[in-house]
Amino acid sequence: MRASGMSFDGSGFWRAAEPKPAYEVVVVGGGGHGLSTAYYLARNYGITDVAVLEKGWLGGGNMARNTTIIRSNYLWDESAAIYEHSLKLWEDLERELEFDIQFSQRGVLNLAHDLGDVRSSLRRVNANRLNAVDGEWLSPAEVANFCPIINISPDVRYPVLGATLQRRGGVARHDKVAWAYARAADRLGVDIVEHCEVRGFDVRQGHMTSVETSRGSIRATKVALAAAGHTSVLASMLGLRLPLQSHPLQALVSVLLEPVLNCVVMSNAVHVYVSQADKGELVMGAGIDAYNSYAQRGSFHVIEHQLAAAIQLFPIFRNAKLLRTWGGIVDVSPDASPILGTTPIDGLFLNCGWGTGGFKATPGSGHVYAETIANGKPGPLAQPFALERFETGALIDEHGAAAVAH
Amino acid sequence: MLLIPCPWCGPRDEIEFSYGGEAHIAYPAEPDELSDAQWADFLFMRHNPKGDFSERWYHSSGCRRWFNVIRSTVTHEIRAVYRVGEPPPEAGS
Repeated sequence: MRASGMSFDGSGFWRAAEPKPAYEVVVVGGGGHGLSTAYYLARNYGITDVAVLEKGWLGGGNMARNTTIIRSNYLWDESAAIYEHSLKLWEDLERELEFDIQFSQRGVLNLAHDLGDVRSSLRRVNANRLNAVDGEWLSPAEVANFCPIINISPDVRYPVLGATLQRRGGVARHDKVAWAYARAADRLGVDIVEHCEVRGFDVRQGHMTSVETSRGSIRATKVALAAAGHTSVLASMLGLRLPLQSHPLQALVSVLLEPVLNCVVMSNAVHVYVSQADKGELVMGAGIDAYNSYAQRGSFHVIEHQLAAAIQLFPIFRNAKLLRTWGGIVDVSPDASPILGTTPIDGLFLNCGWGTGGFKATPGSGHVYAETIANGKPGPLAQPFALERFETGALIDEHGAAAVAH
Repeated sequence: MLLIPCPWCGPRDEIEFSYGGEAHIAYPAEPDELSDAQWADFLFMRHNPKGDFSERWYHSSGCRRWFNVIRSTVTHEIRAVYRVGEPPPEAGS
């Protein structure tokens, strides 16, 4: 057996499992959501006969490509409930998984740049408070007091008219989160199978029976997709139509700098979100490229637009050198909310559509997805996110209102 | 940045264009006859292939006309460009 799962003492955080001929549950996708799903299946429901199939290496997709922002300040009740559930799990995760994931509740600012922003931000803070999600409105002077390097001059293209602050928001080290869940799931008996690509499914009389992979056929009557940007590729093998479009989403880091930024700053209007990693890199995210793509790279003009705004907001960044840029593939749904639940195929479960904001949901998504898989039906937190909402019209429109750059 | 060959203006930078998503989604001929599931399919369900994709672009900073493109979503290579109302060329099938 190959050693697998990088660890600092070389011993490996998880076994490199060979796929067995059959499992009770097969999770497709070894990113954060797939790994947390497997962990909660084992821990909460005693379902340990589980394989996580990953076509590449563990946590090498969007889990290693996001900007690690964690918050729960969503507008609508359904979103606030699931993201706040996730944030509460984050707050206990280091103890539970016995792993230093560098979880840091340093506060998330969402800037408002025009009157429309101000009104929707105030509305969101009030909605958050009614849902017992912490949130405050800061005046420009209070913004500068909280984060001194922000330029609050009124004489700029996008003046800061105020901001919302979620103090419990923050960041975590994304790849460590993947390793922590992988190690915990592995210890409970879950098989993590890397370099194992799903190439087809066997469905008989509407029931899932097996998965065809690059490493052979695996029988399973419960198959749980957690493949983010590649969900449509898997669904097309099953003839399942989904309301998803895959887009590149870019991020970038600067060279290592002295500590200058003490919180997370997001700006919906100018498509910038930035924090500073513990080792000193400025970590910045951009908006998605407009067109569909699976290429894991985005266009430079998107970054150029983002950096022009970032430099005006943070004049101190003006001379910072860019170290590297990269892209991930995000699956965007029509209402910018996830799709989670059962499907018309018995035994096939769906967890996708997290779009540009899936990292923060890693614990909560896996937690409620495991519940859905174990019980064969969604619990109260997952239920509103069912695929059926596109037929009933009960959409959960988080475009813009969620204070996230789309 | 893509270099997009507008069928009227010739090759121009991507930033002159707006993206219109999947092509060839016709408004229902008999909208009163559609079930909720059929409406959901028309409004929300989309092809999302890893490979060649028929999509609409709008030359918003140029001739301001819509047209169709067949483009690979893996390499971004534009395989064909054709006008609205024309069938997709064989090159993209």
